[in-house]
Amino acid sequence: MSTTRTPRASASRSRSRSRPDRQAAHRRDLLHGMLRVRRFEERCVELYSEARIRGFMHLCIGEEAVAVGVTEALTADDAVVSTYREHGHALARGVPADAVMAEMFGKVTGCSRGRGGSMHLFDAGRRFYGGNAIVGGGLPLAAGLALADRMTGRPRVTCCFFGDGAFAEGEFHETANLAALWGLPVLFVCENNLYAMGTALSRHQAQTDLALRAAAYGMVSWAVDGMDAAAVEDAARRAVEGVRAGSGPHFLEMRTYRFRAHSMYDSDRYRDKAEIERWRERDPVELLARLMRERGELPDETLTGLEDEVRAEIDDAVRAAEQAPEEPVEDLLTYVTSPPAEVNRP
Amino acid sequence: MTATKTPHADPAERKTTYREALREALRDALRADDRVFLMGEDVGRYGGCFGVSLGLLEEFGPDRIRDTPLSESAFVGAGIGAALGGLRPIVEIMTVNFSLLALDQILNNAATLLHMSGGQLPVPIVIRMTTGAGRQLGAQHSHSLEGWYAHIPGLRVLAPATIADARHLLAPALADPDPVLIFEHGGLYNTSGDLPADAGPVGLGQAAVRRPGTDVSLITYGGSLPKALTAADELAGGGISAEVVDLRSLRPLDDATISDSVARTHHAVVVDEAWRSGSLSAEISARLTEHNFYDLDAPVERVCSAEVPMPYARRLEEAALPQPGTIVAAARRAVGDAPDDGRAD
Ligand SMILES: Cc1ncc(C[n+]2csc(CCOP(=O)(O)OP(=O)(O)O)c2C)c(N)n1
Ligand SMILES: [Mg+2]
Repeated sequence: MSTTRTPRASASRSRSRSRPDRQAAHRRDLLHGMLRVRRFEERCVELYSEARIRGFMHLCIGEEAVAVGVTEALTADDAVVSTYREHGHALARGVPADAVMAEMFGKVTGCSRGRGGSMHLFDAGRRFYGGNAIVGGGLPLAAGLALADRMTGRPRVTCCFFGDGAFAEGEFHETANLAALWGLPVLFVCENNLYAMGTALSRHQAQTDLALRAAAYGMVSWAVDGMDAAAVEDAARRAVEGVRAGSGPHFLEMRTYRFRAHSMYDSDRYRDKAEIERWRERDPVELLARLMRERGELPDETLTGLEDEVRAEIDDAVRAAEQAPEEPVEDLLTYVTSPPAEVNRP
Repeated sequence: MTATKTPHADPAERKTTYREALREALRDALRADDRVFLMGEDVGRYGGCFGVSLGLLEEFGPDRIRDTPLSESAFVGAGIGAALGGLRPIVEIMTVNFSLLALDQILNNAATLLHMSGGQLPVPIVIRMTTGAGRQLGAQHSHSLEGWYAHIPGLRVLAPATIADARHLLAPALADPDPVLIFEHGGLYNTSGDLPADAGPVGLGQAAVRRPGTDVSLITYGGSLPKALTAADELAGGGISAEVVDLRSLRPLDDATISDSVARTHHAVVVDEAWRSGSLSAEISARLTEHNFYDLDAPVERVCSAEVPMPYARRLEEAALPQPGTIVAAARRAVGDAPDDGRAD
């Protein structure tokens, strides 16, 4: 098995860079992607307060640029491993909004057949490997997915999202070392939103420059403005190229912020309201919209059109989720082990 | 061991919650002994992920109410080390699901150091964590793994199910020279009720009969106790007198109390939110056949969680868990009062 691979430019890079109108169209796509996530989650808040969504629910409002910008740099063959704060990753990855919504309603049409809920979205067909509610739990999986690609000679990348809190877990450090040692095609995307639940970064990390620490494992490692979708995408494209080219795992520290509480259970008393307001000035959706307006790329009717499109998609998703059937209780024990016929299938 | 009353018992019975009772116990312990400190994720500024330690940081300061990084293995192991170093750490792990990241420290260090060192190194640590399901939190936040810990020699495992136990089990746990694990069922924190004025510290390792009865023993603990009591009410309505035994201590088990109860009722139903196979309920059932074989008028019944990773969907989760209805049905089967449900007896 060779350890180096021919560099292969990301498919859409030249396309998206070549002409100004293409760039404008691409920005519109990014804006659309972020608006979708934002509005979807805002609707989730309403549904949660009506007790139609239950359990723990974590929103990525404020962090949409990371989800959308990074997945933009991946191809359909690449894999994504995520956390419990994964609505944005799932939607950006192409998991249909109605499958995500139905999952949160606990319906059989949900992307995990109602077994997972908000924290456990899965879509094997789209190589979306979840939805992990153990902090750091997805990291070793990502290394393994990448190892499988390496051992079978597939030029794919596994992208793993995780938080600044997860960076303190042994899972991260063990996986970083392993991936770097074996040169595995992993893209580590650390969503540094400055808090692990109620504990600020400086209270849980001895050295808060996470990119610096990741670099110590011998990985290419950059810190990125995670509120700037274009910057996120650009960094992700370069990193993905490097990973795909065989130069081993890359690490991106996405400096971002969550505007909402940690979860719907969290009263958010541990941070200064002024701090939240300061970050809101760098709202990734606003930031991109402002840039587009300045460039004359976002006439009011375009924005209205995007909003309408997004609203219709979410309305449909909610309606479908409401009408979908629940899994019958008789099927409680399905999917605990594989059906006998499938166990030995070649 | 006998129960002793504290000289400064609370003046009168008063309303409180399970959560507040735990907090009061922590506060008492921190006041009583400078060697005691609390550490864990978000225990300080946040007040604990379930609000148990709210306000303690303000009273005791960041040295003794210590926020940790997300590093379960490191901070549990550090707690074990601090115990070796002469302190009396109380370590909070947010939930038992995350304790698996620290399982190595708990088993390979805390539980074994005393023995491996030939008796030189006792580990006086208390580790608290939330357990249990019922809030639609899915398969990585809902399991009841305390039975696994009860498998391990060298540990004590407690499961306070009442407000009084939430208030009074911590002190003897801290006084114990060995590692003690305390499991708090997530569904109990908001339970409110009266804290009896005379409820002083209880001896470790003692079960409690929460409701006397003559026809069947419902043997349970933790979050299943309220369900068993509800079931007992319903059974009483049908003319069956159920005794409810709260284990409180999952290791060691109070064989005497369990055995006495079944010797009187001749029927036993074990209710345990954990899975059935290889479980604490299996252990209790085995002990009943060892100790009460000739007392039993019927096979021991067990009501456990369905053997499935806990599903999110509400109906599925409810169906997966022991419920008063399934406890009633099991008790009826045990006493031979079951409607014909097709089961071969
Ligand atoms: C191993 C483990 N420990 C603790 C928790 C409880 N918990 C859930 S999310 C969280 C904070 C994680 O912070 P971070 O990694 O920064 O991600 P963020 O929530 O900020 O996106 C904690 C403590 C958990 N789910 N898993
Ligand atoms: Mg964070």
